[in-house]
Amino acid sequence: MEKFHALTGLVAPLDRANVDTDAIIPKQFLKSIKRSGFGQNLFDEWRYLEHGEPGMDPVQRRLNPDFVLNQPRFQGAQILLARANFGCGSSREHAPWSLQDYGFRVIIAPSFADIFFNNCFKIGLLPVILEAEAVDRLFEEVKSTSGYKLAVDLQQQIVVTPDNTIYKFEVDSFRKHCLLNGLDEIGLTLQHAEKIRQFELKRKAEQPWLFA
Amino acid sequence: MQQTLYDKLWDQHWVHSESAEPDSMALIYIDRHLVHEVTSPQAFESLKLAGRKPWRLSSILAVADHNVPTTDRSYGIHDPISRLQVDTLDQNCDELGITEFKMNDLRQGIVHVIGPEQGATLPGMTVVCGDSHTSTHGAFGCLAFGIGTSEVEHVLATQCLLMKKSKVMNITVEGELGFGVTAKDIALAIIGKIGTAGGTGYAIEFSGSAIRALSMEGRMTLCNMAIEAGARAGMVAVDDITIDYIKGRPFAPQGELWDKAITYWRTLHSDDGAAFDREIILEAAQIEPQVTWGTSPEMVTTIDGVVPDPAAVNDEVKRHDMQQALKYMGLVANTPIQQIKLDKVFIGSCTNSRIEDLRAAANVIKGKHVAATIKLALVVPGSGLVKKQAEEEGLDRIFRAAGFEWREPGCSMCLAMNDDRLESGERCASTSNRNFEGRQGPGGRTHLVSPAMAAAAAVAGHFVDVRKINN
Ligand code: SF4
Repeated sequence: MEKFHALTGLVAPLDRANVDTDAIIPKQFLKSIKRSGFGQNLFDEWRYLEHGEPGMDPVQRRLNPDFVLNQPRFQGAQILLARANFGCGSSREHAPWSLQDYGFRVIIAPSFADIFFNNCFKIGLLPVILEAEAVDRLFEEVKSTSGYKLAVDLQQQIVVTPDNTIYKFEVDSFRKHCLLNGLDEIGLTLQHAEKIRQFELKRKAEQPWLFA
Repeated sequence: MQQTLYDKLWDQHWVHSESAEPDSMALIYIDRHLVHEVTSPQAFESLKLAGRKPWRLSSILAVADHNVPTTDRSYGIHDPISRLQVDTLDQNCDELGITEFKMNDLRQGIVHVIGPEQGATLPGMTVVCGDSHTSTHGAFGCLAFGIGTSEVEHVLATQCLLMKKSKVMNITVEGELGFGVTAKDIALAIIGKIGTAGGTGYAIEFSGSAIRALSMEGRMTLCNMAIEAGARAGMVAVDDITIDYIKGRPFAPQGELWDKAITYWRTLHSDDGAAFDREIILEAAQIEPQVTWGTSPEMVTTIDGVVPDPAAVNDEVKRHDMQQALKYMGLVANTPIQQIKLDKVFIGSCTNSRIEDLRAAANVIKGKHVAATIKLALVVPGSGLVKKQAEEEGLDRIFRAAGFEWREPGCSMCLAMNDDRLESGERCASTSNRNFEGRQGPGGRTHLVSPAMAAAAAVAGHFVDVRKINN
């Protein structure tokens, strides 16, 4: 997993609530058996004027000029500012993969769907939950200020605006530890292999039908 | 201390906590791992690259469902990218020795239909799958939830998952459902009430006399939609209906083990007086047939309702979302739902493709015909065994005589990863679970309804109140 410490990055605002994983990465791109290359199809239906299918050359496709990520001022954005319930819908990890592959490292929203939120941590993409009022303010500022950047510091759990307003955010201590150090969770869990084996033996004795 | 069903399931599977804090991440043991072709290839690949092996093969059951064609399969899958994904699953399963129902196996079907059908989903289990609708299996008094691909790999390698305990919401539905009102209508009514994020951070237990009166099929429909209310898991306590359903299924225990199992299973309910973090109460008699009008399952109203008017909404973000939804759906505010005309009808998906669903739909269309204006009406059974049973009951003949197409099992037009899809601008009455933009095909417009309502709409060519048509 990719490490995350701190970042000062350009912010792109996606002003829509309930952005679902079908919108983040449409299903035709889930047919890939690879883990990379999804960034070019991030928000595909909104981003391009014609319908996309796997294998199309993105350079040949017509961009939708109205879509926020296509505006010149948001090129190179590393922080996505979003609305409530971001990432609802399916469990596809392709959604965080495509956001990360596109170049996002942080997503800020007032709330996230559970599975999506969880999936982000697994790959080193940081989801930050801020109060709805704070998010409202950030939306206003990012829309009215070109080149608007935020600083996000995971160690200190803060988001800092250009005028030095500081917003604190919560993050689970274990997840933070894994993200700061880019740890392999499977490796960590396997350190408890003996405990898992003991648990399994006990379970097998008590509920043998589960092991048939 | 009185425990909720969720507390009991959590305690039963707890292996280790990362710290002494009460809400610390914990290692939870997984009993059943269901696998399908879309969310597993990258997990198998990473597992292999790390030189790891599956921890417990007997916990895994695999099936291809999302990409499979619903038409004649004897020539395989013609889309090369879909075919590669299904072949990759077959290869991984063969190589590792994982039990898999292959595409032409009679037992093949949608993963959330075949788990329960085979008795591979049993009360008291933790059940996971790289698929959000894994919540379906909670109908059996399980802790069942969807996971991402990294977690699929984690479960393969360790038989455990790292997770935080959820809050628990109790949704009680008391009384009797009216004629023509189904579990699907309960689910949509709940989502209409609490919203698609209402269950975020919670596991939902469904309880009350109306839930206890539901068949297992109905309970699965309800738990299936828990994720549409934002909850990763939905669950229903074990009772005689649960136990009767499981008895005799291929993966279910038998003989002495069966007796032992049911003694334990009967403890799988919330204790009287157990405390929930949130309580919601609905009266069954007030629930009416539901129809969604927008691009989120919470954008829902009753069959007697009208398309709502964004101008009447104060919240700016919400108003904007509604306007966007109406534009996408090609609908005008205040249009009566019953005047919405349809192009296609889809009966299927892990929400509503079980035998009871097909019976309910067949019952409505028996002796009638699909309206001339409907371009395509599809029935896609949830599994090969559901299909076979329906054929034995003659349901296929009823559907065919009415002008429906009778297909092979799979996810089909629920998400349109195979050839079954809506064309841009087409409008569909669908028994599936998501009406997101483009879900059933780019530009397609989905209205979620129950199987009986979908069947009635197919006959009329527009939505009608299934309670008012004569059978
Ligand atoms: S039927 Fe639809 S919701 Fe269910 S598993 Fe298949 S694609 Fe997902």
